[in-house]
Amino acid sequence: MTDGSLIPETAEALHAPAGRSLFSLAVRRLLRNRAAVAGGIILALVTVFCVVGPWLSPHPYDRVYRSYVGVPPSLERYPKESALAGAMAEALQRARLAMADFQVDGDHFSVTLRSDKPIDPRSTRYIDRLDEFSDTRVVATRDDGRALVVEGHVNRQLFLMGTDRSGRDLMTRIMVGGRISLLVGLLATVVSLVIGVAYGAVAGFAGGRIDDLMMRFVDVLYSLPFVFFVILLVVYFGRDFVLIFVAIGTVEWLDMARIVRGQTLALKRREFVQAAEALGVGTAGILRRHIVPNLLGPVVVFVTLMVPKIILLESFLSFLGLGVQAPLTSWGVLISEGAANIQSAPYLIIFPSVFFVATLFALNFIGDGLRDALDPRDR
Amino acid sequence: MADPVLSLRGLSVRFDTETGPVEAVKGVDLDVHAGETVAIVGESGSGKSQTMMAVMGLLARNGRAEGSVRYRGEEILGLEPSALNRYRGRKISMIFQEPMTSLDPLYRVGDQIAEPLMRHAGLSRAAALRRAAELLDLVHIPDPQRRLSSYPHELSGGQRQRVMIAMALANDPDILIADEPTTALDVTVQARILALLSELKQRLGMAIVFITHDLGIVRRFADRTYVMKGGEVVESGPTQTLFDRPRHDYTRMLIDAEPTGRKQPPPPGSPTVLTAENVQVVFAQREGLFGRRRHELRAVDGVDLTVRRGETIGIVGESGSGKSTLGRALLRLVPAAGIVRYEDRALMPLDRAAMRPLRRHMQLVFQDPFGSLSPRLTAGEIVTEGLLVHEPGLTRAERDRRAAAAFEEVWLDPATRHRFPHEFSGGQRQRIAIARAMILKPALVVLDEPTSALDRSVQKSIVELLRHLQQKHGLAYVFISHDLAVVRALADEIMVMKSGKVVERGPVAAIFDNPREAYTRELIAAAFLGDHRSTFRPAPVSR
Amino acid sequence: MLSYTLRRLLGAVPTLFVIVTVAFFLVRFAPGGPFDLEQPLAPQVLENLRRAYRLDQPLYLQYLDYLGKLVRGDFGPSYVAIDFTVGEMLRRALPYSVTLGLSALVLAIIGGVAAGVFAALRQNSAADYSVMTVATVGVTVPNFVVAPVLQLVFGLMLGLLPLGGWGDGDLAHLVMPTVALALPQMAVIARLTRSSMIEALRADHIRTLRACGLPGHVVVRHALKGALLPVISYLGPAAAALVTGSVVIEKIFAIPGVGAYFVEGALNRDYTLVMGTVVTLAGFVVVFNLLVDLAYAALDPRVRYD
Repeated sequence: MTDGSLIPETAEALHAPAGRSLFSLAVRRLLRNRAAVAGGIILALVTVFCVVGPWLSPHPYDRVYRSYVGVPPSLERYPKESALAGAMAEALQRARLAMADFQVDGDHFSVTLRSDKPIDPRSTRYIDRLDEFSDTRVVATRDDGRALVVEGHVNRQLFLMGTDRSGRDLMTRIMVGGRISLLVGLLATVVSLVIGVAYGAVAGFAGGRIDDLMMRFVDVLYSLPFVFFVILLVVYFGRDFVLIFVAIGTVEWLDMARIVRGQTLALKRREFVQAAEALGVGTAGILRRHIVPNLLGPVVVFVTLMVPKIILLESFLSFLGLGVQAPLTSWGVLISEGAANIQSAPYLIIFPSVFFVATLFALNFIGDGLRDALDPRDR
Repeated sequence: MADPVLSLRGLSVRFDTETGPVEAVKGVDLDVHAGETVAIVGESGSGKSQTMMAVMGLLARNGRAEGSVRYRGEEILGLEPSALNRYRGRKISMIFQEPMTSLDPLYRVGDQIAEPLMRHAGLSRAAALRRAAELLDLVHIPDPQRRLSSYPHELSGGQRQRVMIAMALANDPDILIADEPTTALDVTVQARILALLSELKQRLGMAIVFITHDLGIVRRFADRTYVMKGGEVVESGPTQTLFDRPRHDYTRMLIDAEPTGRKQPPPPGSPTVLTAENVQVVFAQREGLFGRRRHELRAVDGVDLTVRRGETIGIVGESGSGKSTLGRALLRLVPAAGIVRYEDRALMPLDRAAMRPLRRHMQLVFQDPFGSLSPRLTAGEIVTEGLLVHEPGLTRAERDRRAAAAFEEVWLDPATRHRFPHEFSGGQRQRIAIARAMILKPALVVLDEPTSALDRSVQKSIVELLRHLQQKHGLAYVFISHDLAVVRALADEIMVMKSGKVVERGPVAAIFDNPREAYTRELIAAAFLGDHRSTFRPAPVSR
Repeated sequence: MLSYTLRRLLGAVPTLFVIVTVAFFLVRFAPGGPFDLEQPLAPQVLENLRRAYRLDQPLYLQYLDYLGKLVRGDFGPSYVAIDFTVGEMLRRALPYSVTLGLSALVLAIIGGVAAGVFAALRQNSAADYSVMTVATVGVTVPNFVVAPVLQLVFGLMLGLLPLGGWGDGDLAHLVMPTVALALPQMAVIARLTRSSMIEALRADHIRTLRACGLPGHVVVRHALKGALLPVISYLGPAAAALVTGSVVIEKIFAIPGVGAYFVEGALNRDYTLVMGTVVTLAGFVVVFNLLVDLAYAALDPRVRYD
């Protein structure tokens, strides 16, 4: 007697009127797995952050703030008070004007512009051109136009995670990059799921010579260095977002096909499938009622473990400079940019990596938890 | 009487499970004296195996044992593994039920036997291998020298169990614990392994603790017997006394659990339901470098069969005899050649679609009551699946009503039809499988070892249920089994199969009273080992 | 065993053939060519170049030509690095990549198996959980994050190890790239070893050994042998992953290996160089898979008789 067989016999003393299905039992086990639950919460938070975040963020992901190139993360708003006068002076210098009486009151500023010649009021555009100021307007003209009093609005910007080397808000870019990475992970998984399940189920259900041939083909494909082919595809056909996930998906279906085929073969040999055949149930009925529901468990587990794998692969391509094209971004691109600046601006690699690793961690924990919940051999 | 070599006092075993602690053994007292054979009998879940696992320190990780286990007066329960190893394999050794998996597939047989010899007796490798060869000879494995370098997968089940025994005996233990050592083996192999064990006991004089559910074995081999139920010893004593005057109801039930009674013959002139002539099933196996060479396995080789309304044909034989394949061939579930006729329709020319309407008349019940029920459907859905195909017009409510009726028919509580298969016991699951067949009101049911995976007491009730259903509906049965005790209680006629061929056939009485073939005699002897109620003297069992 | 070896060897040939074929046609059907420079070449020059490299011939002839040369070990001339044959370039680059790849593989196996066994023997203890958490981190953190962090810490902050380059192949130059390349695979192997070891320790035949009173280290040795089988079958994919990873690692640590050539070749549309690197790397993976299969068969007697 194995250690497992003792327990099921004791399960007779059940009083529940409606049965508890394997699925509901699995859900209960999953909910008891603290790592998996934590993973689920983290994943949900990251997903909401990435999907909803860009709409709430004050910064468009591709907006370049020339005034704030590579500013470190800060809870304070930019610009810093001390930097305002300098910024204004710089702007006026570009307009070849002199500055006098620069005052800041809350979100308002006033400054007097001076010059030897009458000043073109359109010169205020030089001030608006800076990220710090906007809505600059002339309130008074003195000295025959040689002095202008202008007022305007001081833009206070928050860069919680700093900006990148081009002066774009890192947090917004992480959100958008997350959208891309999660989407690539999901879409490529769907592609590989569709191909893999169809291929594996056909091979497993057909069996015999067809199965032999189909699996021999998979074996050959297995030893191809597929990542190289993806790289070639991406290099030659351009860094198209759709192409990337299709390419990854067509690479990753092999494992899925093997798993599904093995499961189908095993299920086909199970007596309940033979019993259905003996009842006269047709192929469609057997697939629908007996094969597919029992395939679901291993496939779901595999999918949760596949998404992080694909996100990793996408980031790998991005690192080689073959990922999505700027200004669009992905976590892999961000990490790769961060790695290049790790010395001068370590936050550029830290923040994207935290999101990236947390997501992958969460997915792995969910996958492990699902596997344990669906296949509870360790009781 | 001298002090016992092994003595258990208040031994309890508890497993921590997801649903809380499970008390598997509850305060067992048990003694084993030098040289005696002690049997521990009980049905699955009685805690009989876990008791001895605890003695050997082999409980699963989540198991804990309390109480006292003394070997010649020394406490060995709860010892560190290294301290326990002074006893394990040296003084007390154990063999297990699963000969297929109990040997390491990656090591040669010789090295596996030699390992404990080198560790415990301090022999050199060469000396240990010499001794291993002697041991293989002792357990009657032919050509032991050559077998030393075989891997386990090259041996048959019976041979592997012999190797296990050789390993266990390597260091001349005082006590050999045998946990269902023959349950996984074919009946004739069982008999030979049992003969070997009793021969070895005579020659070597060790005590044997026999854990089994099979009372035939107990009666034949054990000096004293402990009966366990629900983790407790309910009765113990000398085997003869226990069998002659059982005090506890449970013991009495176990002893009476063997299927009894005979089937009434079908009324004369019953119409023929199914005939088969010269049925053949051939499996082709490819082998060789490029799979060119084809090897043919004739699983069923020219079998004729007729079954009439209300009649039961018993098909007996060992695993690999082709009896299950024949059953499936009759239902057109495996590709077969020959002639099979249901009533007056020839089945062989029909394709899948043409077979479908006929399937409701010809049903199948499997051996493994767990494997044959889809784990993700409720019992009610499983039972009514056939209605989806054959009476597609039924509403959901009607189907549910039919399910409830089918549950009642197989003596199951209809309220349980919303539960899932894993929530039922083995016997209940087999009733569900029978209900699934019965709901279509078939004329013929092929029963493929429907009782083999069940405890004796459950077997008995399933046999009664089958007999009841047959009488009520005039069913024709093809009953496939290796267990002649069950077949005798159910069949009108018996066919004995070996290597795909029918070697002997005839009415039940004729086969049992006057078997012509040696093979049949062997099967009968194996099935009724020491059965006090059997009408014949078992022939002496050859090695 | 001999028949098994032969069968596996024969099985590898079509695989290599498919690799060469797919790579060849994928490269040729891609838009753009090696002579698409910023400044378009004069038509006459282009024509001459194409003739010189036989790009003017029908594709199937080019293909047969390439196959024929490949069989003789000739990878052809590089289209972009003039005066070099691909063979020469690969010969120069291979030692770096092979040294790096093999040391990473050895490190991944030893470290991964040791960590996995350690965790399995202490199942569900704090030690188990911490080893497995570290392993999960290892699986999730890509090596292009690990590598710069290593550079920052050991190269810049502590100044212990050189930031990159090959030196003369000394240990100091090898440490960081090897570790960065090996870590993810080490983590995978650790997780795999742990689960298969736990499974193996629960097997019936291990129970038999315990019942025979064999000491713990013998039991562990038996269990480990069985538990290594899945690990060994993973070594094929692991080697493939290392080859892929080396592209990144060679770039980060400025090691002039095959991986660097591959990316360069792909970006420059250097047909023969891309083909050469793909075929070489794939050949390595195929040969390695073959060795893995043979090792598996040597360990598991059941396979040989299939």
